[in-house]
Amino acid sequence: MKTSIPVENGQTQAALRDFLGKLLTSGAVDLLYVPMRTPSGSVTPAIISDPALLEYAEPLAPVMPFNGATQVGKLSVRQPRPRVAAVLRSCEIRALIELTKLQQASLDDLTLICIDCAGTYSVPVYLEKSSSGSGDELWQALYRQAVEHPETINPELRQACQICEQPVYDKADVVIQLLDGNFNSEIHLTLSDELAGTLELSPQEDRGDRRAVQVLAAARTALRDKVFEETRASMDGSENLSNVFAACIRCHNCMNVCPICYCKTCIFKSEIFDHEPMQYVTWVRQKGAFRMPADTMLFHLTRLNHMGLSCVGCGMCTEACPADLPVGSVFRTIAAGLQQTFDYLPGRSLDEPLPLITFKADEWNEVGEN
Amino acid sequence: MTDENFEPKIIAFLCNWCTYTGADLAGTSRLQYPPNVRIIRLMCSGAVDPIYLLKADLAGADGILIGGCHPGDCHYQEGNYKERRRVVALKEILKNAGFDEDRLWIRWISASEGQRFAETIREMTAAMKAKGPNPLKSNWAV
Repeated sequence: MKTSIPVENGQTQAALRDFLGKLLTSGAVDLLYVPMRTPSGSVTPAIISDPALLEYAEPLAPVMPFNGATQVGKLSVRQPRPRVAAVLRSCEIRALIELTKLQQASLDDLTLICIDCAGTYSVPVYLEKSSSGSGDELWQALYRQAVEHPETINPELRQACQICEQPVYDKADVVIQLLDGNFNSEIHLTLSDELAGTLELSPQEDRGDRRAVQVLAAARTALRDKVFEETRASMDGSENLSNVFAACIRCHNCMNVCPICYCKTCIFKSEIFDHEPMQYVTWVRQKGAFRMPADTMLFHLTRLNHMGLSCVGCGMCTEACPADLPVGSVFRTIAAGLQQTFDYLPGRSLDEPLPLITFKADEWNEVGEN
Repeated sequence: MTDENFEPKIIAFLCNWCTYTGADLAGTSRLQYPPNVRIIRLMCSGAVDPIYLLKADLAGADGILIGGCHPGDCHYQEGNYKERRRVVALKEILKNAGFDEDRLWIRWISASEGQRFAETIREMTAAMKAKGPNPLKSNWAV
């Protein structure tokens, strides 16, 4: 059902806090998962049971310290579990859908609240910007620009956000359509009739306008394709991924922050890679020199093979890389080809099986023949 | 690199029930094929984890071959179908990451196809000779 909630005195975030509070006080959910401002000024997601603490909620702060899919998975993966309403961005929900397919989360007792995303700053940029002025000005400027000039891409945003063509997720349980128009006077939202009943919201004429979203998505798609093209060019001819990732220090940060890389028994942390000292001698004699630590390219290519089809392009890997490697854009570029091959879009639908756990007898019939 | 004497090294992962037995038949039938292939026997082509293929490629193998039962004939019903998808995916990754995906071959060769096995090795050896050595063989920085 379509409805809207009024915003008083341009206090959009206050209206949202009020709406979120009702989810708790009405008993619709036990907990809220929402970004919160810490006493020191940074923003981090937290879970809330006490509506009074919602005054610290910052659902619109333009920063995403990590992809929340992993944490929401921890809250939902097995019973008994709380009923949680999670305020997430589109890329977090898409990752959560993938984690659900990987049996690392369950949507059963979750209410997914997706706020249209105007993009996020990297954590240091956000902290610097928010230290000078109120937090509200930051998100307001971004949303206003996205609504009024959706064709212009803000170069200060994280690159993953600049090339994100899915800033909204219209299949969430609650869609907060903040990119629909005048968010300073009312908030358009879509939610189930049942939830609306619990929250005592009545249907209203749909005054939402998705045109800005479409223009924004088109502009970002164009930039995305340009980034894909440049990234492909950097791995063409005699160049390949090992040139692009030459400075990798193998900290595995990219893997640790990746919402899709969930394996607790990751093969790269296993004894298989605890090589015997004399094994290195064998290897070094093959090529005359041997990169240490061993298997850097094997690590990246295997990770691509494991998570590429489910890569939602959240760009957390780029944020986490201490060597400033373009991990996210490289992985997204390679993953895009992979996803296209299997006609698979991560996060699109829970009903689409992960391509590598299924097969059809009648497909790629030319493979394996001469 | 053009070296007339270049002899490619091919690593072959063969399933126990079809292609390995086919290779055995090629031997007992005294069929001639180039000695460039190093065979690793597995129970099923579906047991070939892509990490084995990547490891071989990055270590500098000139060619990598997976041999399995024809579609529909897998001893374990569906292992070759699963491997087919994995190979499609891996080749796509290799191609997009700037590596030569044509060094990786998969062929369905049954236990009775000794002739086809010998022919495949001849064909692959010639193709890898034409390509020249795997550049990763001399790249220590991967």
